[in-house]
Amino acid sequence: MSQLSAGAGTSTPSRGLRPSPDRPSLTSSSPRRLEKAAYGFLVLAAGVSVLTTVGIVVSLALPAFQFFREVGVGEYLTGTSWTPRFTEKSYGVLPLITGTLWTTAIALAVCIPLGLGAAIYLSEYASTKVRKTFKPVLELLAGVPSVVYGLFAVTFVGPVVLKQWFGIEVQTFSVLAAGLVLGVMIIPTVASLAEDAMSAVPRSLREASYGLGANRMRTVLRVVFPAAVSGIAASIVLALSRAVGETMIVTMASGSQAKIVTDPLEGGQTMTGFIASAALGDSVQGSLQYNTLFAVGITLFVLTLIINLISIRLVNRFREIY
Amino acid sequence: MSDPGHPVDLSALAADDPNPHAGDPTVNTTATVTTRTPEAIQAGRIDPVERPRAVLGCTDVSVYYGDFRAVNEVTMDIGVHEITALIGPSGCGKSTVLRSLNRMNDLIPGTRVTGTISYHGQDIYAKDVDPIEVRRRIGMVFQKPNPFPKSIYDNVAYGPKVTGMKTSNMDDVVEESLRGAALWDEVKDKLKQSAYGLSGGQQQRLCIARTIAVKPEVILMDEPCSALDPIATARIEDLMMELKKDYTIVIVTHNMQQAARVADRTAFFTAEAAEGNGDRTGHLVEFDLTSKIFSNPGDNRTEDYISGRFG
Repeated sequence: MSQLSAGAGTSTPSRGLRPSPDRPSLTSSSPRRLEKAAYGFLVLAAGVSVLTTVGIVVSLALPAFQFFREVGVGEYLTGTSWTPRFTEKSYGVLPLITGTLWTTAIALAVCIPLGLGAAIYLSEYASTKVRKTFKPVLELLAGVPSVVYGLFAVTFVGPVVLKQWFGIEVQTFSVLAAGLVLGVMIIPTVASLAEDAMSAVPRSLREASYGLGANRMRTVLRVVFPAAVSGIAASIVLALSRAVGETMIVTMASGSQAKIVTDPLEGGQTMTGFIASAALGDSVQGSLQYNTLFAVGITLFVLTLIINLISIRLVNRFREIY
Repeated sequence: MSDPGHPVDLSALAADDPNPHAGDPTVNTTATVTTRTPEAIQAGRIDPVERPRAVLGCTDVSVYYGDFRAVNEVTMDIGVHEITALIGPSGCGKSTVLRSLNRMNDLIPGTRVTGTISYHGQDIYAKDVDPIEVRRRIGMVFQKPNPFPKSIYDNVAYGPKVTGMKTSNMDDVVEESLRGAALWDEVKDKLKQSAYGLSGGQQQRLCIARTIAVKPEVILMDEPCSALDPIATARIEDLMMELKKDYTIVIVTHNMQQAARVADRTAFFTAEAAEGNGDRTGHLVEFDLTSKIFSNPGDNRTEDYISGRFG
């Protein structure tokens, strides 16, 4: 062994080849200024988005901090009455949270089954031709402004679809109509992202499954789905964040009455709905009314953050890395 | 295509077939196999005219991808408990032929097969044949090891589970299959670990174990050793010799020595430019006993290829 390594390590001319007389230059032949500039731009681009996030958190946190000095976190989180703009003021955020939870839950109940169903169809069943027409249409749908969906919810889904077609006695403004339309709006996002994730699963895994005599549904459920679960979960998390954060539809369709929602046929205000209708520029900067907006804003922010963290945990537990 | 007087019923076939697998030493095909070692064939002790029963038969099989004809009019039979090797240069259509034997090509849009591929006399492309049933009987091992991103155990148990096989004890099925693929001793203590932790050769043997777990009659192997080192390759070849006692094997290989070492019969394919558009279409040049192909080929192109003059 030692003999071998000694042999390999020696480079005396007698043992092998003559040393080469040439000395080609290995130093850089140009200063590569363009590459340095490009590098600087890329760092800047990445930095801007980080700085923006920090900026948002700080600008939300400072007025919110002022708010909590006056109201108190306990009263804010457990109070059941939200009347910051009445003469008889009350700052319990629960009514807004129930509004948001209802619209979000209804939206997810619509967009997860339909979105994933569409994704499975497109990725596993549809012919190339169908997929090539379907997917752009789907992505176009994702680009419809939410105010249009809001109008659709108030003028059509509530009074016509729910009341006339299905005979459901919804109020003029209802979390049900808002949630349904919100869900429809998010379907393309879920479908498109989940389809990308499933299409990215290598064909070899599908072939292995088919080669063993598995049918399509089994292959989808037992091979493709588990392998694509992180992308699918990402699509659902994004859907959730959009449902929680969506403003226009809920402001228009679920009404502006902040109360604990117990019946989806009733209206109710969401957190985003409150911010949109209260932030009209008439609150004096630094006033309690002004700070209230930021308190609700940061609640929304923290809620979304918690949802994302839980989702990441879940995904890491279940995913199959290929 | 299918004869209306003889409705094709692949599900009834297993019960009717007198010898789907070995295990019954009284059946004479099995007895034939034991003498058909490559040494015996190479030594010329086996009568070249003697033909085992055909499991799969191709008659004038052409395969098209859209308008492009990939393979033209292949006619060959696959004998029971034999290893049949398909060799030839890249693009000669040997993998295409292999994949059409268990309707794997169905998964590629625009693929069309003409001619007849029969499995025990039944046209596997007949309208009422379920490709899923075909693939359960004619399994496949792929070029690149492709275990599922699951545990070793779940990889083997996958097939029996999804095909609804009635098993009294899945643990036994898994052990038996892993033993059959000569992998059991290496993995018996880590069945719950991910299959991705295995070496390439072990992964490929796992894929073979996974395939034999559903008890197919035929195993198609598409260049199963091309991603493996010579030691892992040798182990797969040993395994193939072992497996052919129970299974019929068709293997596509780029490695002519491999064909010479393991195959009972060898089919040589090549590709030639079609008149007019210049598309290269593969076709079968010669199909014979391996000993004949490698010692005394009947066609100059075969001789050129096996002697390394092209390809």
